[in-house]
Amino acid sequence: MGFIKDFPILNEKMNGKRLVYLDNAATSQKPVAVIEALEDYYLKYNANIHRAIYSVAEKATQAYENTRKLVSDFINSTDSSQIIFTRNATEAINLVAYTWGETNIKKGDEIIVSIMEHHSNLVTWQELCCRKKAVLKIIPLNEDLNLDLKVYQNLLTKKTKLVAVTQMANVTGVVTQLAKIIKLAHKKGALVLVDGAQGVPHLGIDVKKLDCDFLAFSAHKMCGPTGVGVLYGKRILLEKMPPFLFGGEMISHVTLKKASWNEIPWKFEAGTPNIADVIAFGEAIKYLQKIGMEYIRKFDALLLEYALFRFSALKGIIIHLPKDLSDTGGILSFNIPGVHPHDIGSIFNEEGVAIRVGNLCAEPFVTALKSPGVARMSFYFYNTKEDVDAAFKAAQKVYKIFGL
Amino acid sequence: MDLYAENILDHYRNPRNFGSLKGCDHKAKDANPMCGDKLVMELKVTKSGKISNAMFHGIGCAISQAAASMLTEKLKGMSLTQAGKISNDDIYKMLAVPISQSRVKCALLGLSTLKKALAGKKKALGSKNI
Repeated sequence: MGFIKDFPILNEKMNGKRLVYLDNAATSQKPVAVIEALEDYYLKYNANIHRAIYSVAEKATQAYENTRKLVSDFINSTDSSQIIFTRNATEAINLVAYTWGETNIKKGDEIIVSIMEHHSNLVTWQELCCRKKAVLKIIPLNEDLNLDLKVYQNLLTKKTKLVAVTQMANVTGVVTQLAKIIKLAHKKGALVLVDGAQGVPHLGIDVKKLDCDFLAFSAHKMCGPTGVGVLYGKRILLEKMPPFLFGGEMISHVTLKKASWNEIPWKFEAGTPNIADVIAFGEAIKYLQKIGMEYIRKFDALLLEYALFRFSALKGIIIHLPKDLSDTGGILSFNIPGVHPHDIGSIFNEEGVAIRVGNLCAEPFVTALKSPGVARMSFYFYNTKEDVDAAFKAAQKVYKIFGL
Repeated sequence: MDLYAENILDHYRNPRNFGSLKGCDHKAKDANPMCGDKLVMELKVTKSGKISNAMFHGIGCAISQAAASMLTEKLKGMSLTQAGKISNDDIYKMLAVPISQSRVKCALLGLSTLKKALAGKKKALGSKNI
């Protein structure tokens, strides 16, 4: 569909070669519309939002709140006061741990996470369990690299208070069976937090249909700027939760002895927020909506299929993908026996190909794959077959250099 | 100049002094958890304080393994004081390939393990094999 013109960075060079950007699971590139929105705000209507009575500030407030509405529609939350802006998905998850978690998790309670989690959706709950002397349980892998839901069913007990699980694994791109996971959790009275950092940019999500209780994701992995995360929470939960941070904006009435809290979502947005980036995030959502999430999902699948076809031809390569590709996104992680992933990354870099190597912020998962770290290519809708070909050429160079 | 020069690849494919050193006097292990590199270095020292043997083992990228391999070669015959003075720059010179910011930790893992070994009393640190 010719997206390259919207992403000037894709015409840049890296080490003298055309930049082939295959690290979209870490952060996506930003289209011109998003960059212009940032510039527009700073050049034309920079002002602090809320409670100002002059027009420029009103315009900024409107633009900021308009993104909230866009996000709400994008994930079908039906009520934009259920959308809270944070710094990133990690902060959104921590917000839940420090507010809902601190109030509701007691000694002996159980929290379930999966082996496929990014550290942000693992360590946050490990720490909460440590503080509360609660028990952390882990859903293991099944034989085809997805989550073992039979084991999960047995992990759920009356003591389970929360299931925190990813929508899409950042190492393998495997998409979890969220609908089933959520249904089973709710049957036991447990809440479900979905880590959508990886999934939302590639699949979208319908929180109403899924009926998840919390959803966390980041703007910067879906064409938006860095510094903006989203927490969706059900109104009934958010209203009962204590504030996360204290200060301006989140208060309603203050005396020298005490204060009362603003309504949601502002109760959770203390201090001047990241106005410019939130506004620009709105443009990112509009951009994705124009392309269509269905198109992105199908494109990911096609490019993954092509990459798998090409890379499978490499002698001895280990590719961390399930046999059934119907539940995966645009991620291909691999190992070349005898070559450390860092060396693969360096050689790809020399060829202008940006990939990520190592534990990918998911050390227990990478360890479960019996790998000392992996090399990961992650695609987005602006990547091309030529990008995969360039990566393949870089992989051939790895084989040549290491005499394989 | 190329990062994967012949000397680096040679030391990676055929590491010198690779293995465990029985009856070593100094031993330490170190790791770069972010990349998964692990290294153990063992030294044997004469009464006069000279390194008579140095060996290493572990897993890691070509840069970390080659640097450790070259370092063990360099250490033999050195006094403990001389070994303690080996600097980061000495390692870069020894490797003789351009080390970018993201590969600094790989290049220096051998040296940091050595420093740990030297700082420890005889056979004090990290006796568990990896």
